[in-house]
Amino acid sequence: MTEKLVIIGAGMASGRALEELLKQAPDAYDVTLFNAEPRGNYDRIMLSPVLSGDKKFDDIIIHTSDWYEENGVTCRFGEKVAKVDRERKVVIAENGDEVPYDKLLFGTGSNPFIIPLPGHDLEGVIAYRDLEDTNRMIALGEKPDAKAVVIGGGLLGLEAAAGLKLRGVDVTVVHIMGHLMERQLDEAAGYLLRKALLDKGIKVMCSANSKEIVGEDGHVKALMLDDGTELPCDLLVMAVGIRPNVALAGDAGLSVGRGIHVDDQMITSDENILAVGECVEHDGNIFGLVAPLYDQAKVVAKTLIGEEATFVQREISTKLKVTGCDLFSAGDFAEGDTREDIVFRDPARGVYKRLVLEDNKIVGAVMYGDTADSNWFFGMIKSGEDISEMRETLIFGPAFQGGAPLDPMAAVAALPDDAEICGCNGISKGEIVSAINDGATDLAAVRAVTKASGSCGTCTGLVEQVLGVTLGDDFVIPAAQGMCNCTDLSHEDVRRMIKSQELKSMAAVMQECGWKTSCGCHSCRPALNFYLLADWPLEYQDDPQSRFVNERNHANIQKDGTYSVVPRMWGGITTPDELRAIADAADKYNVPTVKVTGGQRIDLLGVKKEDLPAMWYDLNQAGMVSGHAYSKGLRTVKTCVGKDHCRFGTQDSTGLGIKLEKLLWGSWTPHKVKLGVSGCPRNCAEATCKDIGIVCVDSGYEVSVGGAAGMDVRETELLAKVATEEEAIALTTAFMQIYRENAKYLDRAYKWVAKVGLDWVKEQIVDDLAQRAELVERFELSQTIYRKDPWAEQATPEYNRKKWQPMADLSLEAAE
Amino acid sequence: MSDWIDIGALDDIPQRGARLVKTQLGCVAVFRTAEDRVFAMDDTCPHKKGPLSEGIVHGESVTCPLHNWVFDMNTGQAQGADEGQVATYDIDVRDGRILLDVNRLSARSAA
Ligand code: SRM
Ligand SMILES: Cc1cc2nc3c(=O)[nH]c(=O)nc-3n(C[C@H](O)[C@H](O)[C@H](O)COP(=O)(O)OP(=O)(O)OC[C@H]3O[C@@H](n4cnc5c(N)ncnc54)[C@H](O)[C@@H]3O)c2cc1C
Ligand code: SF4
Ligand code: FES
Repeated sequence: MTEKLVIIGAGMASGRALEELLKQAPDAYDVTLFNAEPRGNYDRIMLSPVLSGDKKFDDIIIHTSDWYEENGVTCRFGEKVAKVDRERKVVIAENGDEVPYDKLLFGTGSNPFIIPLPGHDLEGVIAYRDLEDTNRMIALGEKPDAKAVVIGGGLLGLEAAAGLKLRGVDVTVVHIMGHLMERQLDEAAGYLLRKALLDKGIKVMCSANSKEIVGEDGHVKALMLDDGTELPCDLLVMAVGIRPNVALAGDAGLSVGRGIHVDDQMITSDENILAVGECVEHDGNIFGLVAPLYDQAKVVAKTLIGEEATFVQREISTKLKVTGCDLFSAGDFAEGDTREDIVFRDPARGVYKRLVLEDNKIVGAVMYGDTADSNWFFGMIKSGEDISEMRETLIFGPAFQGGAPLDPMAAVAALPDDAEICGCNGISKGEIVSAINDGATDLAAVRAVTKASGSCGTCTGLVEQVLGVTLGDDFVIPAAQGMCNCTDLSHEDVRRMIKSQELKSMAAVMQECGWKTSCGCHSCRPALNFYLLADWPLEYQDDPQSRFVNERNHANIQKDGTYSVVPRMWGGITTPDELRAIADAADKYNVPTVKVTGGQRIDLLGVKKEDLPAMWYDLNQAGMVSGHAYSKGLRTVKTCVGKDHCRFGTQDSTGLGIKLEKLLWGSWTPHKVKLGVSGCPRNCAEATCKDIGIVCVDSGYEVSVGGAAGMDVRETELLAKVATEEEAIALTTAFMQIYRENAKYLDRAYKWVAKVGLDWVKEQIVDDLAQRAELVERFELSQTIYRKDPWAEQATPEYNRKKWQPMADLSLEAAE
Repeated sequence: MSDWIDIGALDDIPQRGARLVKTQLGCVAVFRTAEDRVFAMDDTCPHKKGPLSEGIVHGESVTCPLHNWVFDMNTGQAQGADEGQVATYDIDVRDGRILLDVNRLSARSAA
């Protein structure tokens, strides 16, 4: 008979234990999972990127409701376990429900510690532990001139402060010790970190003692320090440490100390009860980072299925997930008589590295500013390798041992198989290499098979380098690093250079940014061409040779080398004359297929290249222009019939769609842009899955952005509701321009919005009316050049139509 | 033995671009690089017959417009992981005119 397993707490540790268990013995247990939080297991570590706007909560869910359902786990989320009756082997939920168990697993995590200062129970004093806390901080960012104080200059406090700052909040960090992250960093590294945070506009006060939290009407108003300083704030985040959550276990009579006591098999003082995660105490230690918890989870699964396994504590390392603050720390770096230091500093670059040696072994490492070699050092700490031979050059990292070149790939290649790559999941280089050899040939696959880089994500670059080293040319390290093989600069870097250095030609970009190839490649040239024409519409001359064939030939190439021709039908409206002209063109040029597209217009497919200019000329004569069905630019504006005809229509959706299409057409964008305008919330134009969608309502227009219905199906998110058609048009135009000026080439609007955060976009174009007007003006300026029909230009008799023909015809030369 | 035929002016082809020459054996793509070097290869991609003349020319390579295979125009050899080769033809520029060696083109047709 299947036994009953009850798990208390759906956190990261118990979640991993459950995965391991289901992988090894899917049918061994009937599982019931309680969680006090009203949701299942998510990547708590990644709350910081959610806070900063880099990710959405949906992106960090580890187990979806489908996953629980497929695996037959009975979920009781939002329900706290109130009591465990070990005698009767039942757990009792808060509502009195009793659930019997054969085996019970505690995964209750820890509670954030709240310093019992006067005023600590005021509204607006929060910890940083879960989604609710994160959302509170995000909400603060919506408030103009918001202020926050973070007590605690450790990992969590600094991530909270950095996130709040990115949300536009004025933040002060109050830290009791003399330097930041004192448990992980020495003073010098702490100093550099503080400097970097100050540069980001975060205020940092060290050696500062909090005395009292002052409130007003029950809500926090300020923090008082014991030297009398008053720091006004609307939110106070306490991130001063965690305490294992042991209350329930203690009440049930289990042996607890700082945490729930467990043995090497993760069994508590009751043989039927196990514990895992931050709630446990093992061999006198408690835990606060996921790497050891995942090791515990493996042991829990084995123990539950009756197999032998032992939890062994290992060295852990720390990284901070704050952009621009590269730091690493591992091992023990306290000074001592038997210890020696090797220190390297490069003040100009803000680099500091320190190795602590004892008995010719590295026992600790701290690095700031350049952490590229951290894994190698960490490996040496763990292996305890004798370094006397390489002492002279040790601090310069693996690249200098044995004369290997100074290149990150070589450094990764030099790592031994047991070097740890993913700290969170304890995955070594060897494990990744064998996964790759077994067919996991991209990042996603490696992540799926080994979990490497799936938690905090800081090792993503390294995993990619392992892929690179293992697969050679078969693996192209993704663009996040460099745009392509021609440069190590990322798209973002290059865009910044183009703007700040006023680079106005492709040659200037390639020279100033040190391109490694003579004239780029098929992936950087189209991107550069777009960046240049978007940033310098008047100065830069569009380069057809840097465009993909479709944009060069103004038609979509087909698999057999013929083309398709799609004329614009403004807002999906056509006339009998236009239809006749299309029919005539189809006849005259022997078009094999005429199709109604998904974008409310007509596609003539299978046209020969030589015929294109003549066909365009004919269509131009009937008043039609290119539909840009091929461009990274404005595609269609889909409309519904609206209030002229429909009994539910609230506004003239067709008219607005046509106005928008006439305004926006011809503009080039980072990826294609599609619009939809619906006359009422029934949304027949499917506006809410377009890049920009407008839904008309009685009181005005709901303008929403970031939809798509291709490889990803996304619903738009509301940008703003406006009262007049003019405002809807201005907002749409401003969105087009801000997207053109900022997005990475080939990021569709939804991807870009997810990166910068919708709130940021709102600040720029909804709240800031002056900025909106400037964007519209810059768009208009660009349109003076680009709002034109590329067909008309190429179809005129003056235009050199020869380019569409072969340059020579030798097929008539006599064969010998 | 070479058999040179004048197929047009260098300026008929845009820099980093290509034009076609029709032959009895199908189309030959004639490429001009940013440094005004000229190359000739079969227009047809060995992958799925993409028209190489419509690809993006970079350095002395061209990228097929259909699925981004990259060919070295000196050898016609596919680069990277892709395997395949396109026939190349001798070509020369004299006094701004492009000369194509049709020897192999006609020799094959005769065979
Ligand atoms: C003609 C059309 C299909 C049809 O017969 O209806 C079409 C045809 C192509 N689509 Fe599409 N798409 C067409 C409507 C759509 C729609 C529906 C819509 O717009 O309402 C979608 C989903 C909506 C969306 O875009 O979010 C759509 C999602 C895609 C995607 C996926 C985009 C994504 O972000 O995931 C691609 C690939 C791409 O753009 O990179 C794509 C790419 C293509 C290309 C251009 C593939 C290519 O690069 O050669 C196809 C050209 C075929 C040809 O040879 O002409 N097509 N495509 C439609 C033209 C609409 C028009 O009037 O301009
Ligand atoms: C913002 C943030 C950033 C972090 N960054 C990192 C990092 O970069 N690297 C790293 O290694 N670690 C990081 N951590 C720490 C890491 O998230 C934790 O170590 C890990 O989540 C602990 O897992 P757990 O399963 O033990 O506890 P949790 O994930 O906290 O799960 C415990 C669950 O049990 C539930 N629970 C408690 N009592 C009961 C009850 N009586 N009944 C029902 N349910 C109950 C709780 O609601 C909770 O959902 C970070 C943590 C935070 C908050
Ligand atoms: S879905 Fe779009 S891209 Fe795919 S085959 Fe059809 S037209 Fe082509
Ligand atoms: S046809 Fe050339 S790459 Fe596919």
